[in-house]
Amino acid sequence: MSRTPLDTVEHAAATPDVELPWAELGLKKDEYERVVEILGRRPTGAELAMYSVMWSEHCSYKSSKVHLRQFGEKAPENDALLVGIGENAGVVDVGQGYAVTFKVESHNHPSYVEPYQGAATGVGGIVRDIIAMGARPVAVVDPLRFGAADHPDTKRVLPGVVAGIGGYGNCLGLPNIGGEVVFDSCYQGNPLVNAGCIGVMRHEDIHLAKASGAGNKVILYGARTGGDGIGGASILASETFDDAKPSKRPAVQVGDPFQEKLLIECTLEAFKEKLVVGIQDLGAAGLSCATSELASNGSGGMRVTLDDVPLRDSTLSPEEILMSESQERMCAVVEPEKVDRFLEICEKWDVIATVIGEVTDGDRLEIYWHGGKIVDVDPRTVAHEGPVYERPYARPSWQDALQADDANKLPRPATSEELKDQVLKLVGSPNQASKSWITSQYDHFVQGNTVLAQPEDSGMIRIDEETGLGVALATDGNGRYAKLDPYAGAQLALAEAYRNVATTGAKPLAVSDCLNFGSPEDPAVMWQFAEAVRGLADACQQLGTPVTGGNVSLYNQTGEAAIHPTPVVAVLGVIDDVTRRTPVAFQEEGQLLYLLGDTREEFGGSAWSQVVHDHLGGLPPKVDLERERLLAEILIAASRDGMIDSAHDLSDGGLIQAVVESALLGGKGARLIVPDGLDAFTFLFSESAGRAVVAVPRSEEVRFNDMCGARGLPATRIGVVDGDSVDIQGEFTLPLSELRELHEGTIPALLA
Amino acid sequence: MTARIGVVTFPGSLDDRDTQRAIRLAGAEPVALWHKDKDLKQVDAVVLCGGFSYGDYLRAGAIARFSPVMEPLLEQAKAGLPVLGICNGFQILTEAHLLPGTMLRNNHLHFICRDQKLRVENAETAWTSDYTAGQEIHIPLKNIDGQYVADQRTLDALESEGRVAFRYLDVNPNGSNNDIAGVTNEAGNVVGLMPHPEHAVEPLIGTGRTDGLPFFTSILKKLVNA
Repeated sequence: MSRTPLDTVEHAAATPDVELPWAELGLKKDEYERVVEILGRRPTGAELAMYSVMWSEHCSYKSSKVHLRQFGEKAPENDALLVGIGENAGVVDVGQGYAVTFKVESHNHPSYVEPYQGAATGVGGIVRDIIAMGARPVAVVDPLRFGAADHPDTKRVLPGVVAGIGGYGNCLGLPNIGGEVVFDSCYQGNPLVNAGCIGVMRHEDIHLAKASGAGNKVILYGARTGGDGIGGASILASETFDDAKPSKRPAVQVGDPFQEKLLIECTLEAFKEKLVVGIQDLGAAGLSCATSELASNGSGGMRVTLDDVPLRDSTLSPEEILMSESQERMCAVVEPEKVDRFLEICEKWDVIATVIGEVTDGDRLEIYWHGGKIVDVDPRTVAHEGPVYERPYARPSWQDALQADDANKLPRPATSEELKDQVLKLVGSPNQASKSWITSQYDHFVQGNTVLAQPEDSGMIRIDEETGLGVALATDGNGRYAKLDPYAGAQLALAEAYRNVATTGAKPLAVSDCLNFGSPEDPAVMWQFAEAVRGLADACQQLGTPVTGGNVSLYNQTGEAAIHPTPVVAVLGVIDDVTRRTPVAFQEEGQLLYLLGDTREEFGGSAWSQVVHDHLGGLPPKVDLERERLLAEILIAASRDGMIDSAHDLSDGGLIQAVVESALLGGKGARLIVPDGLDAFTFLFSESAGRAVVAVPRSEEVRFNDMCGARGLPATRIGVVDGDSVDIQGEFTLPLSELRELHEGTIPALLA
Repeated sequence: MTARIGVVTFPGSLDDRDTQRAIRLAGAEPVALWHKDKDLKQVDAVVLCGGFSYGDYLRAGAIARFSPVMEPLLEQAKAGLPVLGICNGFQILTEAHLLPGTMLRNNHLHFICRDQKLRVENAETAWTSDYTAGQEIHIPLKNIDGQYVADQRTLDALESEGRVAFRYLDVNPNGSNNDIAGVTNEAGNVVGLMPHPEHAVEPLIGTGRTDGLPFFTSILKKLVNA
């Protein structure tokens, strides 16, 4: 039997003509040539493996980078920002010495291929990003989008995704406090499974992913490395699905939440004893990413002995070890005299930990296997100096026709009876129906700090038991709006999340985003992306909420059909005292209902146009960010000073949807009067932005009105909390029991 | 004087810090116990909290039951040490045969998290004396392996001896036999239930109710008055 010689650096230099499988690994020809140029020789097999995963779209952001720069360039002055874009997650100062880190990421492609594991490892990955910053994870959220609710494949994907999120997150002891579930046939074959996490730490505990100090040891700890997830970032997440290619199931990772829970506790204990110089989690691109990023961000080089990596499968090749995306692994840089203590803590938690290398005083990343040097690269060329594309983009030819197809001209209900029927249709439609069948599969209570969880406007977590300091997080995105106008759509996503944080009484501070789009190789998609980023960056600048980090997911398309452009925006807020929070549910009969903001005839992209007419066209609601800011200030002040007892943001489904939700959650009805100047249809269904409905105790009415008047915020009295039905005077009455049956029955009927 | 109440952390325990908080709010002193501890640090009572000890691999509670700390715990529980098992803790107690019956996967096969209505059936145990028999309370429930089952003889004995401590009201959320949410041993010192009283101890947090606090005040009074 003949043995192929180990492909060392030396061997590569001596055999320049050996053909390497760069195309199979997802590299383009010119990218491969660039690798050769950087190295001055052909890469070894191991080097090629590293470059191929690190230069993938998923890891390198090569198509999106030129646009994402705006988040930095347009970043508003904000003293609260402690760590910005570029680290594992951004960090924000929330006062009292606390810092909060948060981020949203996608795990879209794996979740379609293997719903349970794809979604589970999505949670695992975002949680490790948060731990890697030095923080204890305190909550997760999951914005989800699926194909049509009644499509047979949705019944395959959704229950698996939900069970995966629950199975992993519940087992980690992280309350799931928010997110969204949206159905639209555009996500058929490309579901969006985004996952967000919040972590809390003291300022002095912030950790960064960098390897410094020659002689410091590089410790790999957590699960053993196996053959799962090889090429997950490159061949799975960075290409469109194509029936002709072989199954991509082997590229999906498999999660073990128990191992991750141990990893959390063990890492936090090591942080507490100040044993860690730098840390990086192993996610996409596994060891290739962790070693090159740690070395690239630090001051020195790094030498790694790959033979020391604990393996699940002893037959793995060095290339596979470098590319494996086995879950529940972390890499820490530790001073030599602290290594013993670090290993002791790992042993206490039954976590396998191994010194696999050390920081050197050079500037090369060198990796050895069986005594031979198989990688010798400048780590920056792997981690940070990947290709950057100026992808061509152009406004799609169909955009004008889409916008001209005005939803405001759709036939409206002619009678009260018809209006009532359409309300019932809306409230019972899958997108507007209660998602409790899904969210009840997530633990909301663990850790004992959950103040608000879904279906509230934003989740809220107490972070200090003595002072009551808390944080709120809302995620929003409306792909229908973004399809009609990506610039405005991205701004509306931000506006809604910002408003949702403020309705609960928290002050919006910072933003993370998950930008889900189709193929960047399609100029129309690239235009949507460029417009959405520009819109979001402009809006963040105006609202004073910087983007602290996030994630881009491209290639969400099957064949020619891309998903709606779907920027999902997460806004983090802070509240000084969680006892001042404001819930959605009506609290007390007799309280007065006020509609805040202006209502216009805006039906483009609305839930009404979708549910009643199966229509998407026209323009999305007008964006007025100054109005959003004023509304938020009023809502926060009213919460703090006890002027409102419940508040609900108005978004998809309009006022009627909001009132029905508040009524059902509180078990108390409402009597509403259509205000002067509005017709009942517009009053109930319009989706004008910058609005909320609040319940004001009678004793506070004067004070509340004075505040709105003095600040110039339109506040219209529209009715009262009363009875056990929703009554629109002169139009119709709907008993809560009927509404509840519809609202809560839809999803179980489709999916249970 | 106050009482010292131990809370055991197994690998995969989740509600250990929450349980310590509940003990503190009730006025007792929580003592952290590690699963590898070979003694109980002279605590006056022990809570086995919720979570997924050892990932609940094999079967919920089946591995934790063999942890070193369980040896002194078994011995002292049999001698009268008050022990409360919540959720995974309940599962561990049944695996350790301190309580009868066992837990299967919920009959609907899903994890379920809800604010659950219960009736206190036995207000004479070490952990329930601050309730009144028949009292209706709301306690969060959150689990996937929560279906309490036992053979008919055991069920008959539990019922006739008044050892069903809690029963689900309105909705049986998991298919448990006889709507059983929690049981006690004959002596009344060992109690286990699936719902989480430690998550119902503060207004505003969680469901915003404090219906779970009497668990911890019950034991405190018993220990302090003893």
